[in-house]
Amino acid sequence: MQVSKEELLHIANLARLNIDENEVDNYLKNLEDILNFANIVNKANVEGLDITIGANEAKNIFRKDEIKMFEDNEALLQNAINPEQNMFKIPKVIN
Amino acid sequence: MDITELTVHELMEKLHNKELTTTKITKAYVDRIKEKEPEVEAFVTSLTDEAQAKAEEIDKKIEAGEVVGELAGIPIGIKDNICTKGIKTTCSSRMLENFVSPYDATVTEKLNNENIISLGKLNMDEFAMGGSTETSYFKKTKNPWNLSKVPGGSSGGSAAAVAANMVPWALGSDTGGSIRQPASFCGVVGLKPTYGLVSRYGLVAFASSLDQIGPITKDVKDSAILLNIIAGHDEKDTTSVDMEKKDYVKALKNDVKGMKIAVPKEFFGEGINNEVKESLEKAIEKYKELGAEVEEISLDIAKYSLATYYIIACAEASSNLGRFDGIRYTYRTSEFKDLKEIYKKSRSEGFGAEVKRRIILGTYVLSSGYYDAYYKKAQQVRTLVTNEFNKAFEKYDVILTPTSPTTAFGIGEKSNNPLEMYLADICTVSVNIAGLPGISIPCGVDSNGMPIGMQLIGNKFCEETILNVAYTFEQATKFRENCKPEFKGGAK
Repeated sequence: MQVSKEELLHIANLARLNIDENEVDNYLKNLEDILNFANIVNKANVEGLDITIGANEAKNIFRKDEIKMFEDNEALLQNAINPEQNMFKIPKVIN
Repeated sequence: MDITELTVHELMEKLHNKELTTTKITKAYVDRIKEKEPEVEAFVTSLTDEAQAKAEEIDKKIEAGEVVGELAGIPIGIKDNICTKGIKTTCSSRMLENFVSPYDATVTEKLNNENIISLGKLNMDEFAMGGSTETSYFKKTKNPWNLSKVPGGSSGGSAAAVAANMVPWALGSDTGGSIRQPASFCGVVGLKPTYGLVSRYGLVAFASSLDQIGPITKDVKDSAILLNIIAGHDEKDTTSVDMEKKDYVKALKNDVKGMKIAVPKEFFGEGINNEVKESLEKAIEKYKELGAEVEEISLDIAKYSLATYYIIACAEASSNLGRFDGIRYTYRTSEFKDLKEIYKKSRSEGFGAEVKRRIILGTYVLSSGYYDAYYKKAQQVRTLVTNEFNKAFEKYDVILTPTSPTTAFGIGEKSNNPLEMYLADICTVSVNIAGLPGISIPCGVDSNGMPIGMQLIGNKFCEETILNVAYTFEQATKFRENCKPEFKGGAK
């Protein structure tokens, strides 16, 4: 499985990660090794088999749509960087 | 008497006989941590002062005759991806270096309800991604049996702390072997419960359909005791299963007569170290002596499982780790122009190389054009693996394999070759893929004195069976009495 540099950078951008120019070759090599190995799944005989999406029986778990307040705002905001008036602060989004 | 040598059930007995106090026990562990932590480096956050204060509080309650619970005053160590209110939960990542949990994980709450005392948060591979604890942003934990070797991973801090007697037991988490493999490398007992038996609420998610929290302990009885505490349905985790509560300690019968054990030959083939193989063969003979019926079977799923595991785990991780964005509670880059740059720079600076590699791999297998070839195929292979296990469990009670193809490798030996590191998970991942329970117990040492682990796999929610089969072997072989970590290569 050959991955191109452009493809790698595109994927990294989707995942919101920067890859430095000097890291590109290493990423490409690792990715190629791992994908070549992962290709084994295409040799398995899975004809007619359903997909499994979780380890247990897939069924919906319903609950009442009730609001439960998390009271400890202070505990939540202690991890925020420069919070203001109980809010998270981010740079301007719309110019 | 060296208090830190004792198992938890021995400590409990001595607490109940008033031979020991909570304060004495905690003090012994605090002293042991002082002595051994500089060599082993298992802790990310140490809570020795808080633990001693809590111990005094509990002793006072006991003296006053208040009901404090059977396990009150027993110390524990907790893997640093399990939330602990008011205390840092870093996942051994720069991304969460300063993150203080605003709430307790359900398992933490359960420990607190029992008045179990936390001695601290234990080191791990960053976001539980790795098999050696070398990807931790903070430190490299050493294997107490030989300090130049890795403790395994990702729960390497938990396994090393238990092996080094710095905690009597610990909680770990297992996504592809992260409890069992480090337990095997450090000569202790590691149990990965059936998916859904233990609540994942408050466990920082790596791969949600594979993750489970479980005990790392000195012996099998302690494993059963800790499982009794943490197992159970939780409405905060919809994947946790609502079923009747069991007493896992009662399951320890010390008898395997008539028990049907399957040995899949594919797990003893290429890549499995000879000394590991020989040790497992001896264990198999032991089980025959003890009256179990052992048969060789074919279960050709190991390689498919491993490939499937890396596809599914990375795909889920790429989605789960999207929340670490530099906005609310994570590391934030110092300079940025706009929102997108906060995301990109914070994530690129906050995550280590292995985490980024897995996010990229996961994003790749989920991207259009590759989804069918990798992700969808992997989900079908997941069904195949589950079916194969189901077939085996129609005839057998337990499947026996090595936990890891080798004993602990040297620090730095595999860190430049991700694929080689991944291959070390070949014996454990299929258990997570199928959501089964698996336990690793020590069954011998190699010629360098490094512990070898045996894995016993059970059918879903059959923890009682594998615990009993493990216990019976342990009682017959007494590994702990014959082999102890020697801290080779350390300053004596």
